[in-house]
Amino acid sequence: MRRIGIDVGGTNTDAVLIEDGKVTGAVKAPTTEDVTSGILDALKRLGATGLLQGKKIDAVMIGTTHFINAVVQRKHLSKVAALRLGMPSGASLPPFCDWPGDLATLVRGGVWMVEGGHEYDGRPFMPLDREAVTNAAREMKAKGLKAVAISSVFSPLDPSHEREAAEIVAAENPGAIITCSSDLGRIGLLERENAGLLNAALADLARDTIAAFDKAIRDSKIDAPLFITQNDGTVAEAHQAMKLPVYSFASGATNSMRGAAYLSGLDDAMVADVGGTTTDIGQLKNGFPREANSVVQVGGVRTLFRMPDLMSFGLGGGSHVALDPVKIGPLSVGYRLLTDGIAFGGGQLTTTDVAVAAGILPLGDKAKVAHLDKDTVAKVFDEAKRMVEVTVDMMKTEAGDVPLLAVGGGAFLIPDTLEGVSRVVRVEHGDCANAVGAAIAQVSGECDQIFRDMTRNDALDAAAAVASDRAVAAGADRSTLKTIETEDMPIAYLPGNSLRVRVRVVGDVASG
Amino acid sequence: MTDLRELSIDDIESLSVGAWILGTGGGGSSYLGLLNMRALYAEGYRVSLMQPADLADDDWVAAVSNMGAPLVGQERLTDSRTIARAVDLMERHTGYRFRGIMALEIGGGNSIQPLMAAAHLGRPVIDADMMGRAYPEAQMTSVAVGDLKPYPLSTVDCRGLESVVEKVPTWKWMERVSRKICVEYGSIASTCKAPRTGREVKDWGIHGTTTKAIEIGHAVREAQRRHEDPIAAILSVEPGKVLYRGKVMDVERRATEGFLRGRTRFDGIDEWKSTSMELAFQNEWIVAWQDGEPIAMSPDLICVLDSVTGEAVGTETIRYGQRVTVIALPCPPVFMTPKGLQHVGPRAFNYDIEFKSVFA
Repeated sequence: MRRIGIDVGGTNTDAVLIEDGKVTGAVKAPTTEDVTSGILDALKRLGATGLLQGKKIDAVMIGTTHFINAVVQRKHLSKVAALRLGMPSGASLPPFCDWPGDLATLVRGGVWMVEGGHEYDGRPFMPLDREAVTNAAREMKAKGLKAVAISSVFSPLDPSHEREAAEIVAAENPGAIITCSSDLGRIGLLERENAGLLNAALADLARDTIAAFDKAIRDSKIDAPLFITQNDGTVAEAHQAMKLPVYSFASGATNSMRGAAYLSGLDDAMVADVGGTTTDIGQLKNGFPREANSVVQVGGVRTLFRMPDLMSFGLGGGSHVALDPVKIGPLSVGYRLLTDGIAFGGGQLTTTDVAVAAGILPLGDKAKVAHLDKDTVAKVFDEAKRMVEVTVDMMKTEAGDVPLLAVGGGAFLIPDTLEGVSRVVRVEHGDCANAVGAAIAQVSGECDQIFRDMTRNDALDAAAAVASDRAVAAGADRSTLKTIETEDMPIAYLPGNSLRVRVRVVGDVASG
Repeated sequence: MTDLRELSIDDIESLSVGAWILGTGGGGSSYLGLLNMRALYAEGYRVSLMQPADLADDDWVAAVSNMGAPLVGQERLTDSRTIARAVDLMERHTGYRFRGIMALEIGGGNSIQPLMAAAHLGRPVIDADMMGRAYPEAQMTSVAVGDLKPYPLSTVDCRGLESVVEKVPTWKWMERVSRKICVEYGSIASTCKAPRTGREVKDWGIHGTTTKAIEIGHAVREAQRRHEDPIAAILSVEPGKVLYRGKVMDVERRATEGFLRGRTRFDGIDEWKSTSMELAFQNEWIVAWQDGEPIAMSPDLICVLDSVTGEAVGTETIRYGQRVTVIALPCPPVFMTPKGLQHVGPRAFNYDIEFKSVFA
């Protein structure tokens, strides 16, 4: 197996070549405004190593923050037609009702609410009003709306109304790009619908961006299928990822954690990814980041879908340092580190300066930080240690010491011994762990449903079967499937021993 | 002249934070109710608060609450008109014209229900409820302790289903029958409880609880804004007591008889460093043990708060590693009587413990 992994970060675009499980090449190029020239540049640099010469590449996996940036910066978003099936419930809280005003104004193309949806136990809530859906589809067409988001009450349990409505809209409105909320989300209509609306708003951008990625690869004379990495540390084939851009929102941090697991061989550990401004801490379980089971805000919009459970705090290689009393961050000099840091002739004391004074980093001019005595240096490192310890402890789900993988450019800030940590592990190529994570990504499937009148084991098995089928549909090789996450929660007030079960499985990309 | 105070949208934002704290771990999220109120206020609707003392003895008051599974509520989004329809059905059924609308429970999402009904019906909200917090069952109210009439009760759902429970012999029967109706509706229903006279609200209502929730929420939000200690802010407006500061070490949950039951274990920090605490819950926090000794119990309010934000931590969302502060708030005197303790004391939740108040 020979794969190229690319991570398009805020500052750098990293590319690695992995051959037979080993990193044989790793390069960095500056990220560009249009994203693709940075990718082209990185691929050119990788090609310049001679490593790609005459070799067949099996796959290229790209992780990008492009889609989440579009939401945060309110750029390149399409107008969306929102169709909700569930009247007469929730009529006073229509789609977009909890969006920030500026974003709603930009994205809201029209709202249609019609009868339909299901009950928690699978009974229909109201029959689907097909005529109203048809009329809505015609109005969308008249308004020139091409991006459509459909949501339905309890669609994670029964997506049939969303599917049927999608068929009607597609028939009336050929060329419409349709997002069904059941393809994205979990229980929680407003949050799932929000994820669908964001997804629809990004559909045009995703199509153009991924097509440009594809072209960059072809232009680099690489003949290999393209995959895009997802929030949960897995990949989707390019044509599938195009339909679900919100699934690629948080792939950077996830790829980092996956890469760290791969490079270290540890599947169960904490990971601290120390960048220039912040440290992200997450927990690996079976080699994958644990997921947040709660609302995640994206650009001010509440959503609920697969995202890694991460805690981010202001400790990085460029963090401002105050000495009296000792305080680190949250401000950072960011990419101006090599001009603004004291060791580099600047005027802002940073964590990097302290590390230079301590003799840890062979950078800059050590004489410029000679005024930082041993005691001061120790105090700053103690503060960094305390910050990491508290967050590691908050990320744990049970008592006991765990290993900690320290990756990223600022990993020097993590001391070798920490309370609650059995050992600190550092790995070669740890500074491109994210590109490595992209290169080794697998395909996943998930199930989140309520099961009634079943034993717990039967419910878990039923959920695993649904998740497995979805993974295979997404391109996984069935013989390699493995369950990586199982969670069940009894539900109050529902009859019949209702149990909500969430299962996630992963497998290798099926060849051919 | 009746003294009415118009609530600002900021009051309602505070109410939602304070009510979640008075929910003592349960009561459900008030987020959707708050969204509804923001939308109503944006459309120009307003709600006023009326003091129980301003009611005439022969006025009629509607007591409302939403009933059912919070999970269903996350899909079938709370619609402000549904709760107003429950009140309307009760008026049609009894022929009364309600002077005002009050909350059954001030804890959690049900604190906002009367406001939504009040906005649509153009009546004031009465500054009182029947629990002073959240409790899981119908007989756990001040009016049940007072042996007031438990019927009739109206239930509606958003599709237009309407039922009235005309008569039941006891509050426990009301709990059983109304819950059956709720399940048939799809496990969520808006309800108008047995109508109360002005006299009954004055004698048995728990007064000032809407104001109290607003004050608590306001204190927390102000402290957050100023980066001050929100727990201290709560204790500056309420005569409460810090029971414990620590970290969640273990959570055990099980659903039995339709309730979420379980236990949470904490490890102490600060002055509680070498002590442990365990909290038992049945939807809400019920009993707290420190080093095996029961130190706080229902009906005193046990509130678990995020040590940093001061916001309430619910029994459904608490998880390992959270830094929390456990505080106790005094309970309404009606529940401290022998009759009150029969309804909501530790034995009502199957704990064979003699009630002793934190504030005794």
